[in-house]
Amino acid sequence: MTISEPSISVEDMSVERGGHVALTGITFEVGPGTLMGILGPNGAGKSTLFEAIAGLLPVAHGSLTVRGIERNGALAYVPQRDSINWRFPATIQDVVMMGRGNNIGWFRRPSGQDREMVRSCLERVNLWDERTALVDRLSGGQRQRVFIARALAQEASIILMDEAFSGVDVAAQEDIIVVLQSLRDEGKIVIISTHDLTNIAERFDRILCINHHMCAYGPPEEAFTPEVLEELFGSHGLEFTHHHVDPHNQDEHEGHLH
Amino acid sequence: MIPDIAELFVEPLRYDFMQRALIVSILVGVMCPVIGAYVVARGRAFMGDALAHSVLPGMGIGLLATGTALIAAVPTGVAIALLMGFISRRTGSSEDTSIGIVFAGMFALGLVMLSSPFYINTFLELRNTQAPNIEDLLIGEILGVSTGEVYLSLGLALLVIAGLYVFHRHLVYTTFDPVGAEVVGIKVRFVEYILLALLALVIVISIQAAGIVLVMAMLITPAATGFLLARRFVGVMVIGAVIGVLSAIVGMYLSFHANMPTGPIMALVATAMFGLAALKGEWTKRSAD
Repeated sequence: MTISEPSISVEDMSVERGGHVALTGITFEVGPGTLMGILGPNGAGKSTLFEAIAGLLPVAHGSLTVRGIERNGALAYVPQRDSINWRFPATIQDVVMMGRGNNIGWFRRPSGQDREMVRSCLERVNLWDERTALVDRLSGGQRQRVFIARALAQEASIILMDEAFSGVDVAAQEDIIVVLQSLRDEGKIVIISTHDLTNIAERFDRILCINHHMCAYGPPEEAFTPEVLEELFGSHGLEFTHHHVDPHNQDEHEGHLH
Repeated sequence: MIPDIAELFVEPLRYDFMQRALIVSILVGVMCPVIGAYVVARGRAFMGDALAHSVLPGMGIGLLATGTALIAAVPTGVAIALLMGFISRRTGSSEDTSIGIVFAGMFALGLVMLSSPFYINTFLELRNTQAPNIEDLLIGEILGVSTGEVYLSLGLALLVIAGLYVFHRHLVYTTFDPVGAEVVGIKVRFVEYILLALLALVIVISIQAAGIVLVMAMLITPAATGFLLARRFVGVMVIGAVIGVLSAIVGMYLSFHANMPTGPIMALVATAMFGLAALKGEWTKRSAD
């Protein structure tokens, strides 16, 4: 089986959820080596879009083609915090080992090679020293890095991260972006959805703005116009463009524009 | 003095029925917490309780047709799980509502069936013996386990262990992150049905010892104690199994010497151990503060 380069092309796509149209008129195309942000208010259909790309929801109208995911695990999905069962007592290492699942046979236990892979993925996100910590005790930023390591362990070429920055302070966002940029440089497609791109918008190659329909798509400087922000967030959107964060007061930054 | 204490342990084992009961109790003590760990981690205790009550009609039919309730466990368990899912999807009711509806309906059907003169007479004709006593099914009658049932329980327990071993990674993934699991190609609903089928088997094996009403004491309580004491999931299973076996053995001996029903005593021992573990946790937390 030949594995093609990752790409996603979406043409005038609509997606329904629970009998209602949740997203309509979405058109964009991303190729290998792209770091893309999806921006929209809560309830704008960001998760719906991810679920459609991941094949969990059918396309009601238009077309969606995802290439480069012929192998199970080639697409990694990091869901929102709420859909993870934090009651489950798993260590960082346990979670990353889940990513090796497709490479371990039904009757086999993880091999030395699997363990080595987990080690290198954890080193890459700077969590090897904390590998025995339980995931429910971690900060928001550390949790996201654990899931990035799991995506690396499953050798994903497309990584979708839903609301990756909620509950993550600015310094930790920066750490995550640096890792994601290095994945982008290896030819992976990394897509992050968020309702808040303050100060980090320019770090993305492409930005897709949605609010049930597509508001803009393109490089940040093109997509991020005052008109688009007003369409997304109403009059708050205009304040958003002028918003600056004091780097010494990062805690207060979290959670605005809800 | 010492020989007297030894005698307390050895004496019951002179009876064949006690030996059989001990084997089944140990099986139940191990199996219930091992599968119970998944049930507790998934927050599915109510589903477990519902399954235990809903298999009653299936057990009645199994007893009538084959002389043992064990055979009917898997088809009944799977049918019930499918029915609950079907009701939830078709009527739009929440999952716990549809579980509640099937739980009550099937349990009532079982009670009506087992106490109907038609069932009692047919049982007497077909099997040449008295129809099962409802109370024995409700609180367990481990001393009445036959040699055949011991072997069957052993075989089924091995099947459950093999099933859990094979599906462990998938069960762990779908328990921790169901959406992520589906994306990497794990059939989440299929894994859920496998768990429910294995759970139905464990429940029916355990009903012999603990009865329908108290099976939760073996399925949930030792596993929940394991969650209080262990750090990792495998540790939860191991500690749960140790507590399960201890509860089962202590319960059996206490009930033998005090001449009281085994199931409720096992349940009380397991509950007391949970209480101790919770107190220990509370004490550790306070001393840390």
